[in-house]
Amino acid sequence: MAFLALDTLTKHFGSHVAVDRLTLEVEKGEFVSLLGPSGCGKTTTLQMIAGFVEPTGGAIRLEGRDLLAVKPAKRGLGIVFQSYALFPHMTVAENVSFGLEMQGIGAPERTRRVGETLELVGLGQFTARFPRQLSGGQQQRVALARALVIRPQILLLDEPLSNLDAKLREEMQIELRQIQRTVGTTTILVTHDQGEAMALSDRIVVMNHGRAEQVGPPHETYERPATPFVASFLGKTNLLNGASVRPERIAFAPTGLAGAVKTRIFQGNHWLYQVDTADGLVTVIRQNTGGDMPEEGAAVHLSWGAP
Amino acid sequence: MKSTPYLLSLPALLLFAGVVMIPLAMTVILTFHDWGQYKGIEPVFILKNWQEVFGDPYYAEMFGRTFRIALIVTVLAALFGAPEAYILNRMKSPWRGLFLLVILGPLLISVVARTLGWALLFGGNSGLVNKALMSAGLISSPIPFMFTETGMVVALVHVLMPYMVLAVWAALQRLDPQIENAAVALGAGPFTVLRRIVLPQAMPGILSGAVIVFALAASAFATPAIIGGRRLKVASTLAYDEFLNTLNWPLGAVIAVLLLLALVLIVVGANRLVERRYAQVFG
Repeated sequence: MAFLALDTLTKHFGSHVAVDRLTLEVEKGEFVSLLGPSGCGKTTTLQMIAGFVEPTGGAIRLEGRDLLAVKPAKRGLGIVFQSYALFPHMTVAENVSFGLEMQGIGAPERTRRVGETLELVGLGQFTARFPRQLSGGQQQRVALARALVIRPQILLLDEPLSNLDAKLREEMQIELRQIQRTVGTTTILVTHDQGEAMALSDRIVVMNHGRAEQVGPPHETYERPATPFVASFLGKTNLLNGASVRPERIAFAPTGLAGAVKTRIFQGNHWLYQVDTADGLVTVIRQNTGGDMPEEGAAVHLSWGAP
Repeated sequence: MKSTPYLLSLPALLLFAGVVMIPLAMTVILTFHDWGQYKGIEPVFILKNWQEVFGDPYYAEMFGRTFRIALIVTVLAALFGAPEAYILNRMKSPWRGLFLLVILGPLLISVVARTLGWALLFGGNSGLVNKALMSAGLISSPIPFMFTETGMVVALVHVLMPYMVLAVWAALQRLDPQIENAAVALGAGPFTVLRRIVLPQAMPGILSGAVIVFALAASAFATPAIIGGRRLKVASTLAYDEFLNTLNWPLGAVIAVLLLLALVLIVVGANRLVERRYAQVFG
């Protein structure tokens, strides 16, 4: 029996179908990402698990128990919101302590666990600050600590890194993954960022129009996309003879599909090409190994192995 | 040029001095002049008027009543206005606009017209309010509204409520839309969410609304004049009477200056308190 099971979960908003018979099983300790463009139903799914949105149909079971029969306040799930939703009138320690207080845990243990959790996210010395005195990344950690301190059965992350700049986001991805491994909490991440989903997850659920198009480990999903939508959403892709070919799988060769280089962009560790061919524009990515590469306007031949 | 900013602000400064500072200074000077039934105002320097106001318990009673009414009005406006703003803030799109108009609409109508409306509703023992309360079985005999503090408080709360609603609403709009969900997810019940999460964040709004309502209630003229008439006076109607009925301008000036001083002290003090308390948290 799966730890968390979504069974034909459905949500209609009027005539609009936000989530369409979504079925998903999540194992204990697993890190699963719901990935898709905005409006694909991923956030609605998360909110139904959290209990903020009532499903139109279907069921959610946690360890076999019907989760929909439990009030949101009693579900005991940890949630990190996109905006963090920290309590601005409380200090960092008070923010993190709030959930423990609601559980009726005594002051000495509260202090101990708040300290422990803030150490875990690397904010040990910021307990007395107010949220607005912290940077975006620090606020993000407080939100994570506040969700983790109640030892939730499931950690729900709603676009938690989207408000951070690119460099910080990468750092936090690595850190988030380490923290999740350390505490071993079953985690569901909602994101539109395919890089984030691939970097963090054990499994990715690629969603479109309220349905799961494909569920699988990141590498497998990337290499064997089940639908054209998955192929195009998860990284760049070329459709050649009806098959999806990843740009990094295409090489310049003496023979093959003939074309002319339309644009060439240098991106540090790799070159990004757009080649005009009889089959249309083909995107090619080549590692930068320091050698000479075809220039714009050059006539080239493209070859690729069986996908 | 270094003096340009000062030169540019000169017209506004002159206007401010002309219409505020000079009349105010003249009023203060007036408080030290002498006055007599037959001799009129004499430009001398005496403390008679101040001594009279501070010595006669009649004036203490007037000021006591003024600030008692203002305080009760402020508390009632907060008790009704803050929940009103909260409900308004939770309303969905078409209703929110509609009810905002209902709340702010009265601001478009003259205070005099609105208070006269209350006077008609209160009017004597057969007033509509008393009839309704009696037929509902809530009271057995008519409550005197006209010429009482009760009536004055009711009318002032109605007139000043929009200011409280607006101030609290502004504070609530700064709330993170997910903040209540965040508290619920951590196990808080609806009452705890209100008390521990929403109320503390609405507090700066409630306090600044309270300062506005208190200042306006203590210095209100039209409403006390219509509801209280000549029988139940407050500081502003008293000053008016001294100026225009008794024609004792110096004594009226003392009352006006005292009211102004007391209000400035209370408002500045309250603001300082609010700022010190919340600067760190909300900025």
